[in-house]
Amino acid sequence: MNMTDWTLEPRLREFELGDYLGAAPRWCPSCGNHTVLKCLQKLCKDLNLPPEKTVVVSGIGCSSRLPHHMGTYGFHSLHGRALPVAEGIRARRHDLSIFVVTGDGDCCAIGAGHWIHALRYNMKMTVLLLDNNIYGLTKKQTSPTTPAQTRTNTHPNGAPLEPINPLATAISVVNASFVAQCVDWLPEHLYHTLLRAQAHPGLAFVRIRQRCPHFMKGHLDAFVQDPGRLQLLTDSRGIDPGSLTQTVSTVPHDPTDFQAAMRVARQAEPIPLGLVYLNEGAVRYDEFTQRGLIMSAEEKLAVINAEFDKFAIV
Amino acid sequence: MSERQVVSEQIIEFVSDAGEGAQTAGQCLGTVSAKMGNGIWTVEIIPAEVEPPRRSKAGASGNRVRIGRGAITNAGDKADLVVAFNEQVLYSRFDVGAMREGTIILLDDKWAYVEDASIRADFESAVADFRARGCDVRFVPFEAETKKIIPDPRHGKNIWSLGLVCAIYDRDMAHAELEIERKFARKSRAVVDSNLSLLRAGYAWGQAHSGLAFSIPAQPSSEPRIVVNGNIALALGIMAAGIEVCSMYPITPATSISHYLAEAFPRMGCVVHQAEDEISALGFALGASFAGKTPVTITSGPGLALKNEFLALAVMAELPVVVVIVQRGGPSTGLPTRVEQGDLLAALYAQPGDAPKIVLAPSTHEECFQFVITARKLAETFRTPVILLSDANLATGQQPIARPRPKPQWFAPPVDLGDWDENVPPFQWDEETGLSQRPIPGQKNGNYVVTGLAHDQNGHVAYESSINERALCARSTKMATLQRALKPPVVHGDAEGDLLVIGWGSPRGAIEEAVDTLRVRGLRVSSVTLKFLSPLEPGLKEIFSRFRHLLCIEMNYSDPASYGESRRYSQLCTVLRAHTLCDIDCWSHVRGIPLAPSEIERAILDHLKGIEL
Repeated sequence: MNMTDWTLEPRLREFELGDYLGAAPRWCPSCGNHTVLKCLQKLCKDLNLPPEKTVVVSGIGCSSRLPHHMGTYGFHSLHGRALPVAEGIRARRHDLSIFVVTGDGDCCAIGAGHWIHALRYNMKMTVLLLDNNIYGLTKKQTSPTTPAQTRTNTHPNGAPLEPINPLATAISVVNASFVAQCVDWLPEHLYHTLLRAQAHPGLAFVRIRQRCPHFMKGHLDAFVQDPGRLQLLTDSRGIDPGSLTQTVSTVPHDPTDFQAAMRVARQAEPIPLGLVYLNEGAVRYDEFTQRGLIMSAEEKLAVINAEFDKFAIV
Repeated sequence: MSERQVVSEQIIEFVSDAGEGAQTAGQCLGTVSAKMGNGIWTVEIIPAEVEPPRRSKAGASGNRVRIGRGAITNAGDKADLVVAFNEQVLYSRFDVGAMREGTIILLDDKWAYVEDASIRADFESAVADFRARGCDVRFVPFEAETKKIIPDPRHGKNIWSLGLVCAIYDRDMAHAELEIERKFARKSRAVVDSNLSLLRAGYAWGQAHSGLAFSIPAQPSSEPRIVVNGNIALALGIMAAGIEVCSMYPITPATSISHYLAEAFPRMGCVVHQAEDEISALGFALGASFAGKTPVTITSGPGLALKNEFLALAVMAELPVVVVIVQRGGPSTGLPTRVEQGDLLAALYAQPGDAPKIVLAPSTHEECFQFVITARKLAETFRTPVILLSDANLATGQQPIARPRPKPQWFAPPVDLGDWDENVPPFQWDEETGLSQRPIPGQKNGNYVVTGLAHDQNGHVAYESSINERALCARSTKMATLQRALKPPVVHGDAEGDLLVIGWGSPRGAIEEAVDTLRVRGLRVSSVTLKFLSPLEPGLKEIFSRFRHLLCIEMNYSDPASYGESRRYSQLCTVLRAHTLCDIDCWSHVRGIPLAPSEIERAILDHLKGIEL
């Protein structure tokens, strides 16, 4: 996908990367969050999104600090509750670009109920699950995606349960429309994933597999070091693999095939990268919530008076 | 037909098994009487289940209608006439003290002839019991007469009995027939016609056989009026306030607000969002608020408990939102369909940390409507959540009120959406008032991040202790600013005396009626109803100082005075004692039924007896 813009219409406002910078990040050096932040800022610049028309919403956790590091509007909400807030923003505002940043504890544990329903509502927004398989901010507790047997501060003898599968869970939700996966150490692919997600008309759910250099030291090293343990999903509707095809094997995948998507989602290895599931016919709840946006005060007054008539006694 | 006996007011009840339509009959009687110009107050008798077992005390379903010559402000005391389709549901009314000696009971006697001997025995012993208690039990063949018109009397005897009561109380049949047309408007013509036949048949039977004939004169109002229950008044207030998003999760007794809105709101281009839970209902509302739209969320006590974390965020992030809480019995799931005022302290204090916010309590149906409009303006001006505390008594009771006259400016958007002055930070707390303006996404140069973390004037995360204290101070100062703009509450009765009764919310009508009765008897008693619970209205201490004794009366739990230092005071009493250092006593109950004027009178008399005047 070529981002060079040859349009002859002059842009009234041309934004630079600096327009999307906020407070300096305070994440650990080499944390995957830095990559996601940079890709998101580059995406905003390349799409020339007006900063005042861009909202980044998050919950609580390391990754949920991200809105503070953007130069856009932001809503750093409560633990697990980013999605309801983002839905409320979208409910009556079709003009905003909305990004949601959430972590594996935030999305898949305390916010799991909202996650399921957000997928079903399918309101236009890009949801980034920054999944590093551990609670970071509260210091190494087991998250819903922590691999079994991992020793954590809440399970010092090893996590007793198998982790949940965010991709399979997301795909299984009726009316989910876009489920993709990328990894923090391949920024070009991550960027293309965000770009494709942003073009999607409904809720685009992107799981980003991330390293946590502090509490999950080396847990993805084998995949970082051996691209043979990754696999690119290719399809004309999918995500531009960019230069990755030179190092990572590819496999054709029809994202509209639910069964095939489920198989890919459940594939532990090689890690599938790209658009796993696409349901272009999904209903958009924001089309319901945005009905009647343009009504004058006089029209509203007529309606309320008609309502009073129904209860009138004189 | 003998001469009609003129009465100034009557309390009439319909009680049945759930599904037999006693509620519909009562509502129709209330509306018809209001249309005739009578004052009315209705109270629903609602079981907690959808279809509880038949012929059971706890399954009683129905309606109490108090009809008067002038304005009626509460449900009153004992019933004058009760229509009951079986004797078991009637027992529940005896249990709550709704009957008096001489109450006329119109009871279906079909139970005396059923095959089941145990039912016959129950019926006979109940009738003997009711008569022993002094009630005037009369048998009416509700089902037998209904069966003459429709095959299944279970769905029809309510309208037949409405006709009967209309005959007894000289109700205007043209209004009654119109009400039937309206009630069954969505049904087929055949259904409307058979209900009209039932109504007329009941009326004819009443004239010919009931031997009862009263009239309740009316004073028709020349002002246009509407008849609504408190929840409809709140819903109409939400519509008239220019609120655009109602985000809710189903909970009794608040849900009927959203039922009405779900139908009417879209016509105004607005939306009801049924969220996946109570928490997300408020989160969604706050998202809409952040994006410059005016939201409301509606709930009851258990929902408030779940919303507290978001409420604190709304306080911290200074996001305007109106939160309507229709209180029910608690704690926990409590009494879902019954009334209580147990959520005051939770509304004020249950959030993490110190979270000052505005809390208002309507005490009448007019206020249910008007306070939503006020609440929206307060929320935006003071950049804060505003909680409206209604209750199950207001929610389901019907009342005639003056027809509101909405203004186009009520629908104005919250803020001007022009470019933001980049030199103005998003939390430019004014030193004196604590107030600040907020930017809305879409406003150029206004970009900021809402956060629940401690933040400075720029909305930047700030862990410095001085900044945190400065922010807390600003948010508290806003409440003081509002308080300075408020007027002291108006005292009902003389401005000085032996005892001042202090109340809030729906008990107001019953309290004022009791106070009026006692004043006629020469007692130096007055009352005051507080509408602002946070911040409190100004001048309370001064008002209190003019009375020798102070007594809070409300519907939440309190211990008797004998508990001494460990005594649990009622909730408003706790707040007022803390704020005024006045020695305020309290009397309250949590029986799930509205306070009746006679029990308030007794409480006042007992209180006066116990103190040296």
